[in-house]
Amino acid sequence: MFSYEFMRNAFAAGTIIAIICGIMGVFVIARNMSFLTHTLSEIGFSGAAFGVFAGWAPLNGMLLFTVVSSVIVGQLSARSERREAATSAISALFIGMGILFLSLANKNASYATSILFGSVIGISAGDVQQMLWLSLLVLLVVFVIYRFLKFDSFDHTGARVKGLWTNTLSVTFLVLLALSVSVAAQIVGSLLIFILLTLPAATAKYFAHTVGGMMVLAIALALIGVWSGLTLSYVTNYPVSFFIAAIEAIFYFIALGWQKLQTAE
Amino acid sequence: MTAAPILKLEHLGVTFPNHPVFSDLNLTIRQGEFWSIVGKNGVGKTTLMRTVLHQLRPTHGQVAYLPAANDVKIGYVPQFRNIDADYPLTMRDFVGLNLTGWKWPWLSRKEREKVQTILKRTGLEAIANRPIGQASGGEKQKAYLAQALVEAPNLLILDESTASLDPVTKTELLDLVIELNKSLHLTVLFVTHDIPMARKYSSQYLMLTPNGAEQGPISGLTQEKVWEGENV
Repeated sequence: MFSYEFMRNAFAAGTIIAIICGIMGVFVIARNMSFLTHTLSEIGFSGAAFGVFAGWAPLNGMLLFTVVSSVIVGQLSARSERREAATSAISALFIGMGILFLSLANKNASYATSILFGSVIGISAGDVQQMLWLSLLVLLVVFVIYRFLKFDSFDHTGARVKGLWTNTLSVTFLVLLALSVSVAAQIVGSLLIFILLTLPAATAKYFAHTVGGMMVLAIALALIGVWSGLTLSYVTNYPVSFFIAAIEAIFYFIALGWQKLQTAE
Repeated sequence: MTAAPILKLEHLGVTFPNHPVFSDLNLTIRQGEFWSIVGKNGVGKTTLMRTVLHQLRPTHGQVAYLPAANDVKIGYVPQFRNIDADYPLTMRDFVGLNLTGWKWPWLSRKEREKVQTILKRTGLEAIANRPIGQASGGEKQKAYLAQALVEAPNLLILDESTASLDPVTKTELLDLVIELNKSLHLTVLFVTHDIPMARKYSSQYLMLTPNGAEQGPISGLTQEKVWEGENV
């Protein structure tokens, strides 16, 4: 399997994605942003379609759309009660735009499929390098603002009372999330990106005792999903996103069952 | 000898659009005093606390920290916190959240010792590794208090922190606060509806009414006076 360059690239990219999703996922879950993450992935689809239309690399189109829209979403949904409705409206608008750009770009359905569901074959060494740099940037910012982000994500009231710049933190986190979505979409596709950004961390929440432990476990679960998904996809020739989605969902359901057993005891 | 003032409210007033909450409020709070802030719902107690915390800009007058703003560290304990029951956040982790700053993501040894000292002082040492989501109401309030105390504040605001607690737990928490008030010379602002508790623990009171405010030594505060104030 590793004699093929595309599989080596896919494993390298998958490893980067699993690490970044494990870390960012912990904050996504703590901040109750699963739905918003789903929307950002749809915006990513639209951005990739725009990239194709404009003759850019899809990743650059994704980066442009997700980063700009994350700032807009952050401003629109500063009040949490408005977040769901604002997110739905933005989601609908961007899916529509994605379809329009694909149509304008005269690309066929298989191109849309590869953006939506990801592709293992299409990842070059150059793509891996670009993903690596973007991921390092995200990790560096998270490292620097970690204490503030942790306080605001796990105890928003406490952070606000302390006078932390919670709105700026929120927008910064959304931009980081946008970058993570764009990076991760390369393998699992924009439609299923939220799987890696939500399920491993949501599963880890039930087993870990500390935030650090949740992060390590989320990374491990994401790595297992991505590596097994890639291997199974190589062996069976079925889509990698199906395997990753199935593995992560199974982990999550096991965690829910385990939690139920714990509370029943 | 009279203790030095730590907080001064001078002709303080807050007006929401077409609705004055309170006006011309003057108050001097000294180091080590224990004030109870009482008054019926909607009279502006929380608005006053938000103004003191500089979360709300006053319409008139000013909030002055003495001798300088940098010398006053505030610890704030609200009634509720929105913390998911499933969060993998231990009591210890929760208390440590308040140690922010441009530092390494993990706590230093000195910071871990600081957290441990506060856990011990608030009686949480034995359950320090329990997830906060699984703690009882009283234990959670103690954890909120411990988090507020970890940065060694000299002004502690309890914003209806005891409202949802049973009488025994309430007494336990306030016994702890009064002990800190005495031993550390910690200034306390206790926002409450519980007049007997206010009388038991405070040294002074501020009663907000729709028509103004009244203040004085706690011996002057009676339940009847509060009812009268509420019916103005």
